[in-house]
Amino acid sequence: MKFLCVECDRQMMFDERQLPGDGTFAAAFKCPACGRVVAMLANPMETQLVASLGVKIGGDTIGEQPFEMIRATVATAKDDALREPIREAPSRTGVRWSAEALERLSRVPAFVRGMVKRIYAEYAEERGIAEITPAVMDRARTELGLEGM
Amino acid sequence: MICIVRPSFRTYHELSEPDSSGVVDQIGAQRRRVADRLSYVRRVVAVMSGKGGVGKSFVTAHLARAVARVGRPVGLLDADLDGPTAARLLDARERRLTLDGDAVLPVAAAEGVKLVSMDQLLADGRALAFTGPDRDSHVWRGTLEAAALREFLADVAWGALDVLLVDLPPGLQRFQQLAELLPAPASVITVTIPTPESRDAVRRALGAAIGHGARPLGIVENMVGGAFHGDAADALAEEFGVPVLARVPFHPPDAVWTDLAARV
Repeated sequence: MKFLCVECDRQMMFDERQLPGDGTFAAAFKCPACGRVVAMLANPMETQLVASLGVKIGGDTIGEQPFEMIRATVATAKDDALREPIREAPSRTGVRWSAEALERLSRVPAFVRGMVKRIYAEYAEERGIAEITPAVMDRARTELGLEGM
Repeated sequence: MICIVRPSFRTYHELSEPDSSGVVDQIGAQRRRVADRLSYVRRVVAVMSGKGGVGKSFVTAHLARAVARVGRPVGLLDADLDGPTAARLLDARERRLTLDGDAVLPVAAAEGVKLVSMDQLLADGRALAFTGPDRDSHVWRGTLEAAALREFLADVAWGALDVLLVDLPPGLQRFQQLAELLPAPASVITVTIPTPESRDAVRRALGAAIGHGARPLGIVENMVGGAFHGDAADALAEEFGVPVLARVPFHPPDAVWTDLAARV
């Protein structure tokens, strides 16, 4: 899928993802010449169809996580279906979690919690963020396209 | 009649920049991940039938145990996502899959068979259901099931196996999904019962599977010597030019499975 700025005759580039939280998906594409931005808006069915292919509009930003699609989409899984990693990857920068962020993380179903925690931690580490707060989580969720996380 | 009108602006192939989503590359990466994971598996054998209730899972589980008993490393992927039974048949319902880095470790089931089944992930008594709008689920459910099958193949650290058995649900759809994912054509064991109804259903499914590149190893006739009468296995074997690998009576002795394992 490509977007063309007809006026400039330039291919528009992926700019950002937005996840309104209602099952829909939005991706913005920007013209590198004139700066015009257009948004592609997908309804819940289209969003689910793309998710079911295991691909991400705008590119794969978080890398393949084991059972990523299963953990993100199976609604009837038991919470403790997967044992957490035998060896927890060491944190490179010792990123901290605020109490509010941990509380929010605790509301993520246990089936996906470990994966979500690792993704947020890596996001913070890569950007030199010392503490993960709900605001950081919101930003990561949008930038990485973490629908349902 | 289709009227082709040349647009006044450049079209997809005329744009030189790559697709910024890289969807084709992402799909390619998924395929490579499956191929990499299965590169240590000598042979993938799908156990299928066109007919439900003929004992595919029973045959698959006992075949896996027999292969393991003679010291050959064997895995069982329960691809019956909506009616998984392999975990119960292999006494592994209570064992949990483990995350380990970028992989999921299969459980060690009876006789050391490595097992992954949706049964291990679902809450007790709950059917497989996905998030998303129910109203449109007919559009994407099949794709989600195919994606789950892909993750069972790509994300499970099966390790070096002599054979990976794939227990398929009735019908052909899951086999088609499997064939799409595998880097090489799957070998297929087809299970039937003696009846003409089973023969007809299996004939259709096996013919279609061969059309999708399956390499048939042979026929297993289950539930022999009871109330079911017919010559389904012999008829199918003759028609497709494959052997009858086993005839499995009710309450089969171990020797039946041992002999079958030696032929897989």
